[in-house]
Amino acid sequence: MKLELTEAVWLDNRGALTLVELAECSGLTEAELRDLVDLGALEPLDPDAAEWNFESRCLVAARAARRLRHDFELDTHGLALVLSLLDRVEALESELQRLQARLPRMLGR
Amino acid sequence: MKYKDYYATLGVEKKASAENIKKAYRKLARKYHPDVSKEKDAKEKFQEVSEAYETLKDPEKRAAYDQLGSYQTGQDFRPPPDWEQQFSRGDYQFEDIDLADLFAGLGQGGGGRAFRGGRARRDMPFPGEDYEVTAPITLEQAYNGTTLELNLQVPEYDNEGRLRRVPHTFQARIPKGVTNGERLRLPGKGGKGMNGGRNGDLYLNITIAPHRLFRVSGRNLYLDLPLAPWEAVLGTTVEIPTLGATIRLKIRPGTQAGQQLRIAKRGLPKPGEEGDLFAIVQIVVPPTVTEKERERYTELAKVSNFNPRAHFGQETRSETGAH
Repeated sequence: MKLELTEAVWLDNRGALTLVELAECSGLTEAELRDLVDLGALEPLDPDAAEWNFESRCLVAARAARRLRHDFELDTHGLALVLSLLDRVEALESELQRLQARLPRMLGR
Repeated sequence: MKYKDYYATLGVEKKASAENIKKAYRKLARKYHPDVSKEKDAKEKFQEVSEAYETLKDPEKRAAYDQLGSYQTGQDFRPPPDWEQQFSRGDYQFEDIDLADLFAGLGQGGGGRAFRGGRARRDMPFPGEDYEVTAPITLEQAYNGTTLELNLQVPEYDNEGRLRRVPHTFQARIPKGVTNGERLRLPGKGGKGMNGGRNGDLYLNITIAPHRLFRVSGRNLYLDLPLAPWEAVLGTTVEIPTLGATIRLKIRPGTQAGQQLRIAKRGLPKPGEEGDLFAIVQIVVPPTVTEKERERYTELAKVSNFNPRAHFGQETRSETGAH
């Protein structure tokens, strides 16, 4: 049986999503997304543009926001705080990973 | 159908108040929520906790659940004969379905799951559920790009409107250059949308298995480069393995341990963002030496006036001498 082949799409700094698409894919409402932008938890490519566009990586943050809002019953302020802390955790973890990668493995023996 | 003890999952008594159920859920959610938890199996554990809470927080669902009776978790059971008329608006094949799908189909108040509608809302468009899975790949697969075969169990309504889990198998092409923690999206490969609702998406969370030689940091790779003392002193040319072809690298005379030799664009090859390979110099000494080698080292010790600890200063040296 030949299996269907689907191209996996990178969620990175390419592929702009509109506000409507971001709402549809994340499960947040457009109003909630606007609030998160106002609170600095999400950043459109050009905040002054009439129609906002987002990097496709914003979808990862917006989906996490939807889960956290539902699972912890958070309001938008709490949500923005959690998202910014999660960002910091992620930045620290990748710094830690970079430092660990630089440590010679043989010294541990 | 297999029974699940939702009260035991949340660690509360059967008579627990709604307030205590909420408290127990919140405590467990903080511990196991996959977005904030580092616990092992956090995702699976949170799924159980969340499933239990979705049913017990809703008075109607909780009453229906209590009516099922009491069994051991995993025990096969059938709901009592009048249960279906009393609580369910759906038409279920009880053998095939999961307890979670059954309760997701009850009432109007369910959250999170796509299949909360059941028969009562069958005419409304409803988007399919999104899924998120971890995709473990090797570093070689990340470097070259790869095709993964994915298997998903997706709840779906059949032609008679019965809910059942259907296996989905398909292939996903992973572009070359992905790295740890990156997310990829497979549009439309999640749960089926109903009544014209859009299909859900599948999200892949990439994790790269540890490699024998290379350590991964973003798109950069790190490799230990052991040199013999004389190679570091005199300089040499060494062969360096990469994920592509082996390359030759010139080592300058006087190379120090800990130096990082950057080999441009030999890391993970995302177009426009190629990572680099860093070879980290280590000076290693032979664990045993022959008598002849020992003589040469002794000779070297006599003729060399190199003091690697000159910066320790005078005091340290005199103290060491006293012992």
